[in-house]
Amino acid sequence: MNILLNYIWALMIFFSIICAAATGRMPQLSAAVISGAGNAVTLVIGMTGMMCAWTGLMKIAEGGGITAGLAKVLGPAIRRLFPTCRKDGPAVKAMCMNITANLLGLGNAATPLGLAAMKELKKRNPTDTADNDMATFVVLNAASIQLIPTFTATLRAQYGSPAPFDILPAVWVTSFGALLVGLTAAKLMEGRHG
Amino acid sequence: MADFGAYAVPAVIAAIVLFGFLRKVPVFDTFVAGAKEGLRTSVSILPTLIGLIMAVSMLSASGALDLLSSLLAPASQFLGLPPQVMPLALIKPFSGSGSTAVLTQIYKDCGPDSLAGRVASVMAGSTETTFYAVAVYYGSVGIKKTRHTIPAALLGDVTACILSALTVRLFFSC
Repeated sequence: MNILLNYIWALMIFFSIICAAATGRMPQLSAAVISGAGNAVTLVIGMTGMMCAWTGLMKIAEGGGITAGLAKVLGPAIRRLFPTCRKDGPAVKAMCMNITANLLGLGNAATPLGLAAMKELKKRNPTDTADNDMATFVVLNAASIQLIPTFTATLRAQYGSPAPFDILPAVWVTSFGALLVGLTAAKLMEGRHG
Repeated sequence: MADFGAYAVPAVIAAIVLFGFLRKVPVFDTFVAGAKEGLRTSVSILPTLIGLIMAVSMLSASGALDLLSSLLAPASQFLGLPPQVMPLALIKPFSGSGSTAVLTQIYKDCGPDSLAGRVASVMAGSTETTFYAVAVYYGSVGIKKTRHTIPAALLGDVTACILSALTVRLFFSC
């Protein structure tokens, strides 16, 4: 992954310098190097307060056991997605917790739970080829729904949006639709390998 | 919509604090512990963001971003997206910080509540970094052949692109 980003980043730098040379915007480009790096710092410092407030609030919800509670509610639906997993096996339990943590935007908690689930799934698959449950689970994580996209909203507020959360309904419909298509596609493409 | 947002946030905060209080969570101590985690995240993403925001600012100042948008105009028209959002759609599956950098550029150029700003917001808030998830999850257990995972996940990403434009037009009638 990082290897890929190395190429993308280098490409961005070279491409912009060539473009600036061709269009005669070299002075603007030099200015952008300085202001861009500085803006990143201003941006992150400006966002840190609100981001910390949200992670603090979500920690309270987590401490009250909201992840485990929601995981129980969502359990039946999640089990249906992974029909070959044992119903209350450790794999399904870890997957439920991971999906709930994603839903609540607890990124820091979601990844270790997801990796634990993958480890459980790997136990019955000694090959280096993904099985259907693994594929479904990774697609689920790649398209994960987040109920309150706090990071995006904080960024919107930082750029002067008076109601940064007004995108919520659109986000819900969009992420649910994307998840539905992703999962359906995964299920439909399963057959080719068995 | 503004009203909805104005009530949603205080309602969520009240619900969380009340829930924690009822479940006998030491609410303030826990809040502080969580905020500390947030601070750590902020500090750790800063170097990445400096690199990527610098690169995106350079792309923008050199005119490369406009060039890219106009080259991609047929694709953006096909998906119903404002042309300024196309670079975001391209980088989103590869890099989370990269898409944050592009998102800030869109907010700076068009404003967060313009059509492009809102579509970009919905797109950014709706999907994860697909290739990152694939690399981390499969990498952790040594799976090399991912079969239909990437096509299915990318189909989800394309759906998110199309829906972000549709839902913004629907909910904001712009």
